[in-house]
Amino acid sequence: MTWTFTPDRPIYLQLQEQFKLAIVSGLFKPGGKIPAVRELAEDASVNPNTVQRALTELERDGLVHTQRTSGRFVTEDVTVIEKAKSEMAMELIDVFLEKMAAIGYGKSETVKIISEKEEVSAHANS
Amino acid sequence: MPILKCSSLHKVYGHTVALRNADLEIEPGRIVGLLGPNGSGKSTLIKICTGLLTPSSGFVQIGGSNPGPETKGIVSYLPENSYLNSWMKVSHMISFFKDFYSDFNMAKATEMLSNLNINTNSTIKSLSKGTKEKVQLILVMARDAKLYLLDEPIGGVDPAARDYILNTIIKNYNPEASVVISTHLIYDIEQVLDDVIFLKNGEVALSSSVDDLREQRGMSVDAYFREVFKC
Repeated sequence: MTWTFTPDRPIYLQLQEQFKLAIVSGLFKPGGKIPAVRELAEDASVNPNTVQRALTELERDGLVHTQRTSGRFVTEDVTVIEKAKSEMAMELIDVFLEKMAAIGYGKSETVKIISEKEEVSAHANS
Repeated sequence: MPILKCSSLHKVYGHTVALRNADLEIEPGRIVGLLGPNGSGKSTLIKICTGLLTPSSGFVQIGGSNPGPETKGIVSYLPENSYLNSWMKVSHMISFFKDFYSDFNMAKATEMLSNLNINTNSTIKSLSKGTKEKVQLILVMARDAKLYLLDEPIGGVDPAARDYILNTIIKNYNPEASVVISTHLIYDIEQVLDDVIFLKNGEVALSSSVDDLREQRGMSVDAYFREVFKC
């Protein structure tokens, strides 16, 4: 996994997002084992306590659970993952709409140019 | 119980005040950045914790005891300047450390030296400045100590070796041990730290967790440092 961190926000939040992305995108499979804290910390070059904190937050969201002796696992409940996925999509759309509004596009105009662009690329591909 | 506790620590050199009523506590399992510009008292604070200097007033406790032979057994200290004997070989230094410290972990030292391609048959004087620093840091990190006090551990090494060293610190992470790193290369180590302590003219100007600071200020520790210590 490649890790990127921006300087303006807490690292545990950014880790939490990147773990979430790994789960939603299927890089961490449903029911799959999550690497050990120390391994993740080493891989991302971050503090182990920070990784621990990010994973604890994900446990609270129900995306991850701990089995006492064998470590941490991604939830097997696909509906929880789907829910996280649609939440992420909503957040991305909000950010996108905000940026479009900043350059003067209303919601309906934005939707319009998206579908136009879709048609153009569909044409180009056929 | 905190692994390190300083209470109203005061240190005066002649007319110069190096530390002014410094209070701080470090819990086990933390990686702490001791940050401050040149002359802010970082090295003085560390030297008092090792027992190399005595405070003018106030006190230090390490694992509940005052600095002394007992605490030296659990504190692993990397000084600013090299103390390796130039005529010795790296392998001599290793046996030297093994004799001195019962917590010296030979396997750990050997692994780190080979990862950094350091030949244990070389004499210290034949090594470059950066390699000397690496050897010294490896000796210090190879101890299974309770408190690591690292005074400027990454200043003289190249960025790749810096990454390796920081990864070594992460890899050696132990929930019962704490690491204090003094540096002004904040940008490079920020991700590795739990907490930061800012020293300004010998006073503790800030003591915070890195994530809290980022959350409250909306900026990195590096950026905040530049703001606080703007010249």
